[in-house]
Amino acid sequence: MNYIWLFLIITSFIFAFINGRMEDVVNAMLKSSQNAVMVAFSLIGIMAFWLGIVRIAKISGLINLFSGVISPLLRLIFKDVKKDSDAFSNIALNFSANALGLANAATPFGIKAMEDLQKENKGDKKTATNAMCTLLAMNTAGFQLVPASVLAILTAAGANNPAQIILPTLIVTSLTFICAIIISKVLEKVF
Amino acid sequence: MKEILNTISIWILPVIISIILLHGVYKKVPVYETFVQGAKEGFWTAVKIIPYLVAIMVAVAMFRASGAIDFIYNILKTWLDALKIPADTLSLMITRSLSGSATLGLLGEIVNTHGADSYAAKLSAVITGSSETTFYVLAVYFGSIGITKFRHAVLTGILADITGVIFAILVSRFFFYS
Repeated sequence: MNYIWLFLIITSFIFAFINGRMEDVVNAMLKSSQNAVMVAFSLIGIMAFWLGIVRIAKISGLINLFSGVISPLLRLIFKDVKKDSDAFSNIALNFSANALGLANAATPFGIKAMEDLQKENKGDKKTATNAMCTLLAMNTAGFQLVPASVLAILTAAGANNPAQIILPTLIVTSLTFICAIIISKVLEKVF
Repeated sequence: MKEILNTISIWILPVIISIILLHGVYKKVPVYETFVQGAKEGFWTAVKIIPYLVAIMVAVAMFRASGAIDFIYNILKTWLDALKIPADTLSLMITRSLSGSATLGLLGEIVNTHGADSYAAKLSAVITGSSETTFYVLAVYFGSIGITKFRHAVLTGILADITGVIFAILVSRFFFYS
């Protein structure tokens, strides 16, 4: 990540110099650091809410019931994670929330799952494990059944039949999701 | 169809939350106290992410402001004309991995300039709806557990985004292009 980060920043300065946009870049730099904090703070409430709700579901045993249904599938993808790990139920929740378009709820579950995977990380705690990268790939692919925010934009703009994008989007998002997992599995052998 | 979907998306949260709470009460879980205990973790998790989010969001914002995206755009533009892809959707494709809010902004712009029923609008909608903001997800998920060596995660995310765009072009062409 050191190189990617450095690359983004240095190329920004180079292009800013060529395009005469140095002022814009400096402004973006200062403004976005504030933005980042705003984004993190806006996560606090949603995160607290869902972590609270999910704790009830966990203690009542509802989560075990639910993850019992999905976990066998997840075990195929996350082979190197211990069978009794809490990660499975959190990954199941993360996936379901994403699928239902509840991005706000998906984030806390995803983070919880990452924490569970970190507990199993026997190596360097700063280096991502294979399972972490796969979970990340599942999330960057962003599988969802109904793209609510996109539908809202099309509807607001007066599209004749906004719902017609649902099926194509579902096909694309499913294919991409599967490819993301495969790509992650292939690359983990190289890195 | 649209109404059914709207109803589902409005009812999904109330149903899930009611089931969780009622099941909790049925199993004699002290729901209020348990909720508060769980919610406590929310604050620190969000605070822990801040440095990672600052690092990545700043780099991405600088990259976007520098005009580097226009450069990539100009390189790829000639190819796109050959594939009959509207040029405006290209900046959306490049922006998709970098910034979620900017992507929604671009989608709004494309919908306004080309019309909500245009091929450009539909293709952009499919691209936006079928993927996530890779760099944001990286910062939040890995930041929350202090991972700084990402290994193949970034490359995977970018390759998956490119695959997604290719699928989106093929599928949209099949469904919408006339």
